Amino acid sequence: MRVVEKRQLLSAEEISRTLKRLAHEILEKSGGSADLALLGVRRRGVPLSQRLAKYMLESAQAGVPVGTLDITLYRDDLSTVGPQPVLQSSDIDFPVDGRDLVVVDDVLYTGRTIRAAMNALFDLGRPRRIRLCVLIDRGHRELPVEAAFVGRHVQTSSTEIVEVRLQEVDAEERVMLVDRVP
Amino acid sequence: MLQRLSHLLGIEGLTQAEILFILDQAKPFQEFQRVPLKKLATLRGKSVALAFFESSTRTRISFATAAARLGADTMALQADSSSLKKGESLSDTIRTLEAMRPDGFVIRHSSSGAAEFIAQRVDVPVLNAGDGMHEHPTQALLDALTIRDRKGKLEGWNVTILGDIVHSRVARSNIHLLSKFGANITLAGPPMWIPREFEAMAPNVRRTACIEEALEGADVVMVLRVQTERLHEPALSPEDYILRYQLTRERLRLARPDALVLHPGPMIRGLEIDPAVADGPQSAVLEQVTNGLAVRMSLLYHLIGRAPADAPHPAKDRSNASD
Repeated sequence: MRVVEKRQLLSAEEISRTLKRLAHEILEKSGGSADLALLGVRRRGVPLSQRLAKYMLESAQAGVPVGTLDITLYRDDLSTVGPQPVLQSSDIDFPVDGRDLVVVDDVLYTGRTIRAAMNALFDLGRPRRIRLCVLIDRGHRELPVEAAFVGRHVQTSSTEIVEVRLQEVDAEERVMLVDRVP
Repeated sequence: MLQRLSHLLGIEGLTQAEILFILDQAKPFQEFQRVPLKKLATLRGKSVALAFFESSTRTRISFATAAARLGADTMALQADSSSLKKGESLSDTIRTLEAMRPDGFVIRHSSSGAAEFIAQRVDVPVLNAGDGMHEHPTQALLDALTIRDRKGKLEGWNVTILGDIVHSRVARSNIHLLSKFGANITLAGPPMWIPREFEAMAPNVRRTACIEEALEGADVVMVLRVQTERLHEPALSPEDYILRYQLTRERLRLARPDALVLHPGPMIRGLEIDPAVADGPQSAVLEQVTNGLAVRMSLLYHLIGRAPADAPHPAKDRSNASD
């Protein structure tokens, strides 16, 4: 599949500012709850959630626990993908019961990943509340899923792809809109 | 990574990389065993035929639980109630099961080569749960996982296998696997049960009839079950066997202080193994069982979960699919 870059959506500086703003918002709208926790969805949700926790600590001295969630076993498209996707581990070292959870991912699109994440969480326990924080909401929902905290809303067509590049995973830092070359 | 493999028939044909992949992929399933709600929908709608032509409790339950926890259904054929007793051929039994369209087979059979025989005749993946004296690949894989977890790595250990080696598919699969990772393997037991040919299986395999010599410097001690019905072969009474070959506390002290003790089960306490050793801190027999579940879930996920070769691949075009 060949792609061509159409435009940059967020620079490194903008990603950083957006995340700081999101960290602030999450804390504000969580009423200083002691049971707040962040869960990054693999792959790129993980560094994002870790950065959010770091900003929360720096700006408000709020030590919010962070876990990682691998949703591969809960995907709804497994029987159509060919060889099975490689599994990673989830890593949540706090109990999920009664927690005020914020699930963190890079892009919200059809909502199927978040549906899988919720299934995974319900197998682990009974959270008090689950909200979603994403860097980009690109529309085109196929399930009734919404994000409480959004970095930026972007209008996209179904052939376009939002590519998020993060230092921890990609050794560069920006968000681009690319389109498929026919 | 496992694209080359349609079936899991034995360890002999696996590469180091494939073995490590299976072990690495077992890790999420090890963690899964601690989750409160142990039921996935990953293999929902798939059915696995458990064709156990030879009786088995632990392996059968382990595979059945692995399939169930992945959300799959099972069709269970058991030796005692088998129509084979009524004279049906193996091919016919398999054809009957196949007519119910399972998505895979798990086979245990008393004839060496049975798993491959079946794999040649069906269109779905076959996992060998033990065929005659040939191989028991999932046992070797769970043993390897246990060794790697407990001792930090899989390579280069001194491994001693004790007991009835010649009749043991567990021994054969373990020799294949551990020698791929540079183990020095010592086989010990009544000479009658340890033919010279085993030394040709891999470099660094040696035999001895002296258990004390076999245990000196061992990092891993694998104890095999002794079938009392077979003790007439080396002409030993149970008391003689215990005297000469039982893994006692004293004998275990000859091995390295942190040596790991493994047993595929079921154990005959007081025969091949001293109960104090079986229950002691060096024994990993219960972890072996838990790891067996994880390894089997990993294999069912990768081999049976896969789509047929001609299925469309929408996920490849799928932008922003979670990776």
